Amino acid sequence: MPDGGMPVLDVKDLKTVFLTRSGEVHAVNSVSFDLKAGELLGVVGESGSGKSVTMMSLIGLLPSPPAEVRDGSVLFNGEDLLAVKEERLRELRGARIGFVFQDPMTSLNPVFTVGYQIMEPLRKHMGLNRAEARVRACELLELVGIPDAKRRLGDYPHQFSGGMRQRVMIAIALACDPDVLIADEPTTALDVTIQAQILELMKELRQRLGMAVIWITHDLGVIAGIADRVIVMYGGQIVEQAPVKELFANPQHPYTRALLKTIPHITGARDEKLSVIEGQPPILADPPVACAFRARCLHRFDRCDRENPKRRGVGPSHDAACFWDPATGTPRNA
Amino acid sequence: MLDATPPLRLVEVRNLKMHFPIFSGLLRRRSGEVKAVDDVSFDIYEGETLGLVGESGCGKSTCGRAVLRLYDITEGSIRIGGTEIGDAGYTTLRAMRPTMQMVFQDPQASLNPRMTVARIIGEPLDEHTSLSKAEKLDAIYDLMDAVGLNRNFANRYPHEFSGGQRQRIGIARALALNPKFIVCDEPIAALDVSIQAQVVNLLEDLQRRLGLTYLFISHDLSMVRHIADRVAVMYLGKIVELAPRDALYASPKHPYTEALLSAVPEPDPNLESARDRILLEGDVPSPSNPPAGCNFCTRCPKVMAVCKEHEPITREVAPGQFVACHLYDEEISEIAGKTAAHEADQSIQQGE
Repeated sequence: MPDGGMPVLDVKDLKTVFLTRSGEVHAVNSVSFDLKAGELLGVVGESGSGKSVTMMSLIGLLPSPPAEVRDGSVLFNGEDLLAVKEERLRELRGARIGFVFQDPMTSLNPVFTVGYQIMEPLRKHMGLNRAEARVRACELLELVGIPDAKRRLGDYPHQFSGGMRQRVMIAIALACDPDVLIADEPTTALDVTIQAQILELMKELRQRLGMAVIWITHDLGVIAGIADRVIVMYGGQIVEQAPVKELFANPQHPYTRALLKTIPHITGARDEKLSVIEGQPPILADPPVACAFRARCLHRFDRCDRENPKRRGVGPSHDAACFWDPATGTPRNA
Repeated sequence: MLDATPPLRLVEVRNLKMHFPIFSGLLRRRSGEVKAVDDVSFDIYEGETLGLVGESGCGKSTCGRAVLRLYDITEGSIRIGGTEIGDAGYTTLRAMRPTMQMVFQDPQASLNPRMTVARIIGEPLDEHTSLSKAEKLDAIYDLMDAVGLNRNFANRYPHEFSGGQRQRIGIARALALNPKFIVCDEPIAALDVSIQAQVVNLLEDLQRRLGLTYLFISHDLSMVRHIADRVAVMYLGKIVELAPRDALYASPKHPYTEALLSAVPEPDPNLESARDRILLEGDVPSPSNPPAGCNFCTRCPKVMAVCKEHEPITREVAPGQFVACHLYDEEISEIAGKTAAHEADQSIQQGE
C-alpha cells in the first residue's frame, strides 16, 4: 500500500449532532482521520458507534434537520466538502466518491433496469451518450463478475440474487472511476459464501483500479482479511487507530482488547467460555466530558470520570484514546 | 453411537418434510411447492446442543419451527421425549407445549409492545398453570433473576430495554414452564458483537443449571462452534452433514461444509492471509425447483456425473459423522474417480 503520500481525504474534528424531541444526540464527536490514495481503511464499531453517520456527514448525505454537522473540516483533494455548495457536492458524489450500501435491495431502484441505473452516473457525470454509456455499463458488469452482462443490462433488480445485486451496486459505485469508494457494511446482508465472493472481487478490483476504500463493518473477521489500516469507533469517537496487523497483534484500548476477546474463532483452539463486555453502549445525549467506555471498562480509574482521553501515539502509526497503558497495567503519564 | 450408557434421545426427527404450496394463475391453482425442508432426519440427545447451520433460505428456521409443530408438517415423524407429535392434534400438542419452547431471532418483533415484561413472562403461566397471583409474581421474579434482569423493571415495556435485554425477556418467557427442549432460532443474530457473548453465556449457564436441550439455529459458524456439541449443516432443505462439533470443524467431509467453513473470515490478519478459501460459484438454486440429483451439484467443486442424476444417501463415514455425498459412496466413487477431473473441467467452463 502506498504510504506517506498526500491523503485523498483528510477529516478534522468532525462533529455531528441530531436534534430530536428529547434533546440533542451527539452521534459523532471530534472525529479526525485521513485516507491515503489506494489504501483500504477499515472502520469497526457496534451499532450506534457513529461509523455510518461519520461517513454520511462527510459527503452531506444526512438530512438536515434532524442532523447538523456542527464543526470540523473535510478536505477531499484539498477541497473542503463542508464548505462547498450542494451542487458541487452532487458533482463529487457518484463521480469522485462512490458508495455501496448495506442492503442492495433498498438502495437500487426497483422500477428501473439495472442497465439504466449504471448508465445514469455515466451520462450525468461523464457526459457519455446513450450508446457509449451502454458499452461502458456492459464492461462494468463484466468487471464485477456478472455473467452474460449484455443481456442482464435489461433486467430489473428483483431478477438478481442478493450477491449479484451487491455486484451491481459496486458496478454503479465504480462507474465514473472514483478516487474514493465508501462501502457501508457491504457484505453484512449476504451469506458467508457470497460474502467471500464479494471480498475476493473487492481485492481484485483494488489491484486493478487502485482507488482508496473506506470499508465500514462490525465484523472483525472481514476487517482482518481486507483492510490495510483500521479505526475503531465507540460512542461517536475514534478510540483506536492502527495498521491492521498491529491492531490485532497489539490492541491498546480496553474496548478493542475486550472486543477481540469476545468473538469466537473458526480455527485454532476453542474457548470454553466467551469473555464478555458487561453493560450497554452509552447513550450519547451529552457532549462527552469523560471517557465514553468508562462504564464498561475493567481498568477505569478516577481520571476516566473527569476527562475524555485524547488520542495519543502508542506505537508506530498506532494511536489510542485511553489513559491506561496495557504494557505496564498502570495509567499512562500525563 | 453404541456407548455403554447410551444417552437418551430427547428429540427424534425422521424423514421430516415441510413443503409449502405455490398457488398461481387466475384460479390460484396449486402449481408447485417450495421444498423448504425435504426429508430431514436427526436426533438430539438429552442435555446437548445441536447446532443447525446453513445459509439464508436453506430451511433451517423452517426446520426448527416444524420440529415444534408450529407448522402442520407435510410428512415425517417427530418424537419428543417419546411422544409422537408429527401427526398429533391440538389437544396432544397443547399438552406438550410446556416441554418445548422457542427463542426467536428478533426480540423486537417477538415481544408484544403493549404488554409489560411481567405480563410477557407470565403469559405462559396464565395459559398452562393455575398458580395464584402471588405465586405467579414470585415465579416471574425468579425467572427475571435467572436471566439477569432487574426485578424492578418488571412493570416496564419492551421498548424501554436494549436489544440484549429484550432477548433476555424472550429467554425468560421460554423458560417459564420449565421446558426440556428449546429451539433457539438465530437468538443472537440481531445483537451487537459485545452483547452476543452475554446472551450465549446466559444460554450456556441455563443449560448447565436446568439440564436443557437446545436446537441452536444460526448462520454464525464461529458461534456454533463455541456453543454446539454436534452440528448439522443444511443446504437447500436437506442435511448434508451431521457430525460432532470437533470432527466437523477439523475435518469437514461434505464439499459444501468445506466451502462454508473456508468462507468464514477469521478475525486475525495473519491466520486470515494463510487460509485456503474455496470460492463457490453462483448462488443457491430455488427450493421450488431444486436440481436433479444432489442439491449441491450446481455449485460443487467436486461434482461428478452421478451427482446430477442420483441423490446421494446419508452414510456414516466416521464415528457419529454422517454425510450425504457420492464422494463417500465407494462403488460410485471408484467408477466416477476417473471421470471426475474431466467433469470438473466441464463444469467450470459451463459455470461462468
